[in-house]
Amino acid sequence: MKADPHGVLTGTHFLDGDHACCEGALAAGARFAAGYPITPSTEVVERFAARVPTVGGTFIQMEDELAASIALQGGVWGGAKAFTVTSGPGFSLMMEHIGYAAMTETPCVFVDVQRGGPSTGLPTLPAQADMMQARWGSHGDYEIIALCPNSPQECFDLTIKAFNLAEEYRVPVMFMMDEVVGHMTEKVVIPPADQIEVTPRKHTRKSVEDYLPYQTNGDMVPEMAHAGEGYKFHVTGLTHDERGYPNMTPPVQDKLVRRLQNKIRSAADRICLGEEDRLDDADIVVVSYGITSRVAQRAIDAARNRGLRVGKLRLITAWPFPDKKIADLAAHVKAFVVPELNLGQMVREVQRAADGKAKTVAVSHAGGGVHNPDEILNAIVEASRC
Amino acid sequence: MLNILDDTANPVEPFLRGDRMPHIWCPGCGIGTTVNSFARALIDSKIDLESLALVSGIGCTGRVAGYVKLDSFHTTHGRAIPFATGLKLANPKLNVVVYSGDGDLSAIGGNHLIHAARRNIDLKVICVNNLIYAMTGGQTAPTTPSHATTSTNPYGTFEPAFNLPHLVEAAGAVYVARWTTFHVRQLARSISEAFQKKGFSFIEVISPCPTLYQRRNKMGDGLDTMKYYKERSKIKNGAPTSEVGLTLNGEIVVGKFVDRDRPDYQTMMRAQYVEILGERYIEESEMECVCG
Repeated sequence: MKADPHGVLTGTHFLDGDHACCEGALAAGARFAAGYPITPSTEVVERFAARVPTVGGTFIQMEDELAASIALQGGVWGGAKAFTVTSGPGFSLMMEHIGYAAMTETPCVFVDVQRGGPSTGLPTLPAQADMMQARWGSHGDYEIIALCPNSPQECFDLTIKAFNLAEEYRVPVMFMMDEVVGHMTEKVVIPPADQIEVTPRKHTRKSVEDYLPYQTNGDMVPEMAHAGEGYKFHVTGLTHDERGYPNMTPPVQDKLVRRLQNKIRSAADRICLGEEDRLDDADIVVVSYGITSRVAQRAIDAARNRGLRVGKLRLITAWPFPDKKIADLAAHVKAFVVPELNLGQMVREVQRAADGKAKTVAVSHAGGGVHNPDEILNAIVEASRC
Repeated sequence: MLNILDDTANPVEPFLRGDRMPHIWCPGCGIGTTVNSFARALIDSKIDLESLALVSGIGCTGRVAGYVKLDSFHTTHGRAIPFATGLKLANPKLNVVVYSGDGDLSAIGGNHLIHAARRNIDLKVICVNNLIYAMTGGQTAPTTPSHATTSTNPYGTFEPAFNLPHLVEAAGAVYVARWTTFHVRQLARSISEAFQKKGFSFIEVISPCPTLYQRRNKMGDGLDTMKYYKERSKIKNGAPTSEVGLTLNGEIVVGKFVDRDRPDYQTMMRAQYVEILGERYIEESEMECVCG
């Protein structure tokens, strides 16, 4: 379906990533947000608080991130598209409810504008060190989707994508920004509403008698109902059967948890987005994401100017990880160079997917700034000598 | 002639998920009794069941959500109130009941309890207070009276307990009552009254846990506890909540303590937006459906 024009601020704007993310959420149809202030993410909900009463929705500032991350799920079951926004310390507090959203298949978006950690770390400075937490932070086996924008324009475009994926797969989607992308101001073009595709909720059309809340029809994603529609359904974070009833037996656990994984894993090829450049003749591939991809671009260009055969793979989707893409590249390149604002997170995934067929070089940075392009260039030069 | 079959038809059965029985609660537990009173309140208040949602946290009382034939949400430990807040804000037409235990609502969820009362979110909170963490085996709760024995205070507790009616009144609740599971009719009446209130309502129900609290404190079984509730409860409607704290084996002051009016969160929100934004304000009810 097309976007509700009420929420779409069509035009050419000069926005920072946080504000652009908010506009993306509104364009995607988000009409409920629950938040708790935390630098460097707060501008997203500040703008939402100002905008949403004029488009038919609600913002509430909750008492903490635990409350925000579950209030938004109440909003979803009440019929809204909903999200919350945070940064590292708040993201840590939200982990239990990421698990709850995964288990109850509540479509929603968690925006994490990453800053340096651990703990209070660097509140006003960038990092990309929540990437593994986004994937593994809650307990138990589950899958999520994570997207990494590298510009304010992408903060707009990909926030819409994040909501669409959340609805399509009934899964929490992590929107992994970083402080630089959140606070950099650039041109953002917001198209007319009729040019924005939004994915509607997978709402059941079944009668009350025929509806089972967690029954699937082949595609592994059950149909949803909202409170107040007469279905009288039950939702629980306990292991549950197709009726939504608790059933704590190994076979039901196995069936449920495998489905929660497989509905994402089996669709990984369709979910995984990336940006590729000059991979055809490359024997070195720089794998990067978020703000680091823009620093990497300069290093790649400099390396090409020196005659080195370097290509670019930018991860737009970090989770599910594009295993196949990396494996295909590993078959004919010498090395992957992986710069990131952490001491080595996604590089482990690259190494795993490359499976020894190509060398993997980490260009780590503890956060607080971005790489100097020369650091990445040196790693490329070094790798090409092997 | 007396028709035994008709007399045994349970009037609250239509409110329960029969296919989930038997329930998990122990013999002598009071939670089922509170559900009975809740169902009677639904009958008495003729409330539209399709617009009623029930939200529970974790614990023995948290299991109520799974047994009632309503839109029901069994959420995470302590977070029933913030979940219910989101549900109510996204769909203001819903009647939202939070049904959970003392540990869930006042310990891990204590912050949400006071803030929802402060905001005066239109929620009906039923807090079954068995004075202990029952699901996990009888540990000390913020409500456990001093000197009671628990599995984590084997030599007796020494922390002061929360006086929940006093706490929620101070935080802003518009309706506060306390009953025991002996007072089934009064409890049903209070729940019906709370449905008539707009704003944060809190009903505490003192309830036995014969398996863990009564046994460990040598207070007998479920029936002995009923006798205790009958003998030591004192109805004091309008009692100052500062004076209704519970003690081990002491008097239990019950009644309706607070019944006052102040605008609820959504009323205040609309008034503020209308005043400041005028015609630019679009209410949620005018929102387009997300379903396509």
